[in-house]
Amino acid sequence: MYKHTVNQHVFTFSTLAELMAKASPLRSGDQLAGVAASSYQERVAAQMALANLPLTTFLEIPIIPYETDEVTRLIFDTHDQENFKTIQHLTVGDFRNFLLSNDTEAEELTALQKAITPEMAAAVSKIMSVQDLILVSSKCEVVTRFRNTVGLRGRLSTRLQPNHPTDDIKGILASMLDGLFYGSGDAVIGINPATDHVATQIQLLKLIDTVRQQYDIPTQSCVLSHITNTILAIEQGAPVDLVFQSIGGTEQTNSSFGINLSLLKEGYEAALSLGRGTIGNNVMYFETGQGSSLSANAHHGVDQQTLEARAYAVARAFDPFLVNTVVGFIGPEYLFDGKQIIRAGLEDHFCGKLMGLPMGCDICYTNHADADQDDMDALLTLLGTAGCNFIMGVPGSDDIMLNYQSTSFHDALYIRKLLKLRPAPEFEAWLIRMGMMNDRYEITGAKNSMRFLDDLNGLTL
Amino acid sequence: MQEDHWHELRKYTHARIATGRAGNAMTTSEVLKLRIAHAMARDAVQSEVQTEYFNEKLFELGFNVQQVNSQALDRNDYIRHPHKGRLLHAQSKEQLQALQIEQTDLCIIFADGLSADAVNIHAIPFLELLLKDLSFWNIAPVILVKQGRVGISDPIGEVLNARISMILLGERPGLSAPTSLGAYITYQPKSGNTDEKRNCVSNIQPAGLSYEQAVAKISYLLHEMRSQQISGVKLKDNQKNNYRL
Repeated sequence: MYKHTVNQHVFTFSTLAELMAKASPLRSGDQLAGVAASSYQERVAAQMALANLPLTTFLEIPIIPYETDEVTRLIFDTHDQENFKTIQHLTVGDFRNFLLSNDTEAEELTALQKAITPEMAAAVSKIMSVQDLILVSSKCEVVTRFRNTVGLRGRLSTRLQPNHPTDDIKGILASMLDGLFYGSGDAVIGINPATDHVATQIQLLKLIDTVRQQYDIPTQSCVLSHITNTILAIEQGAPVDLVFQSIGGTEQTNSSFGINLSLLKEGYEAALSLGRGTIGNNVMYFETGQGSSLSANAHHGVDQQTLEARAYAVARAFDPFLVNTVVGFIGPEYLFDGKQIIRAGLEDHFCGKLMGLPMGCDICYTNHADADQDDMDALLTLLGTAGCNFIMGVPGSDDIMLNYQSTSFHDALYIRKLLKLRPAPEFEAWLIRMGMMNDRYEITGAKNSMRFLDDLNGLTL
Repeated sequence: MQEDHWHELRKYTHARIATGRAGNAMTTSEVLKLRIAHAMARDAVQSEVQTEYFNEKLFELGFNVQQVNSQALDRNDYIRHPHKGRLLHAQSKEQLQALQIEQTDLCIIFADGLSADAVNIHAIPFLELLLKDLSFWNIAPVILVKQGRVGISDPIGEVLNARISMILLGERPGLSAPTSLGAYITYQPKSGNTDEKRNCVSNIQPAGLSYEQAVAKISYLLHEMRSQQISGVKLKDNQKNNYRL
């Protein structure tokens, strides 16, 4: 039982999960699940009670039982007790002060990554304001490598997302070239396939790989199929760089995705065995998003933001190259409007970075959400200042396969120019070498694009 | 303004490529094009089924029409509480029970879904074409649902004693397709059915699956369901893409 008194009114919260849920900033998914605070005062009272809670509470009380949930077991069994000693005396409120302290710098935060459980990260995020989330995130630096280096300070990478509703090879190639000419694709060239056929997946992987080799592009590819399909593709000799999977924060959620930790391990090891990374061995690409557990009816009465942070515990067990919170894709029953999407994106980025993950964000919305391009511009600008590792690059913001709006190639150029951010160094050197970027780090409009087009007409795919 | 000189790639995709830029930004005309597409999608979400039009047209086709409501009170309630859109309002249930329909082969349901405009535009021409393939079918009164989702086809089919229920509703609008119709068909509709019991034909619109293609596909599924007495993942689509065009 947790209590807090505000103006002689005693607010009580019977479980840790209830306290966390009621302390969570308002969002439609928690209301839908029936776990949200019922008034503004109750929410702040819960935040006050949460601020007084020692961090050690989260090591004593699992928010979902250890016995029945393998994600909880993973969290407890891999907790870094040694480094936790630095912060074990703190309450959640003290922890916020500690994170914001001018004396707390990147190195110390890096050492603490595995001492911070998802529930601790989620708890402190709930009492943090937007500026707190941005400032602390900006202190964190999480760098990963495969064929290039993503996440260095002062850099912002993009996933080139050249989707096509029928997986048409030429259609995908057209969007891919458009993206490359705009300087996009250093995080990954990643296609969401329209079908789940392994044969199509292999064909698409070969397409990206052929273009990559033809022009010696220092980047990596991915076709975002179910991990079981990607394992099959690897067995059939396909050129798999990154292994993709959507993941969630409870065993049941993952089970609804048709996965578990041992299957993820299998995919991870299969990718490692290929040894395709030239400068590093981060081989996994995970996607997450608040609300997935409720959507799978697997939330255990826990709020969606805490469950999202638990998904990061799953991710970090496999040293991923990229983790992408697809924040506004799930729809307004989970994140109702621009305001909720913006806050959620910043929370996810913060929690992931604090836990040591290479966080990127699909800054996006669907057409039945109360959001528009202005909201996305705001989130893009905030995440740019927060030091987000990567964002999406979609032609003109409009994904014609998934029917939602994400960030455009132009958006990435905007935020790079505004905040003087640059692409991954290896990719940037390639853009300059190709004459696609000038010495002021501006794209040139690919004067040599005709060479690409001529070459590609001759490609056998 | 800077033009992109790889326009020729546009013939391979309707993605917004080679659009040029103003500095780093999208050009004015592209920004406004994107904005009007979003406006159309937003308006489609808020649009309403034109009941008078449906009454008139369906009467001409020889159908009795029943208007019913889900348990979602309005658009906001519908968007925030997806499950309410799958449940039949108590009064509507009584209304349909009062019809005392004996067993029928098929009930056809039109619902607004996330784009009533899609239903307003496509439902009647599609139905007119489909009916040519269903000459010997015993069809229940046509149901028009306000604030309906796919799952509401179960309680409706159940109360109408239909062997198969088919719901046609507006899909979530995308920028390139603000008015696309989806069809979901279930053998032995009853409350509690899950999605693996359904067969889905989506993207029905002139720029996607044409009426002719959709009718060929759906007519095939309906006939197979009636003869095999199953639907959903168990019903293998052996027709593949050899639609009769």
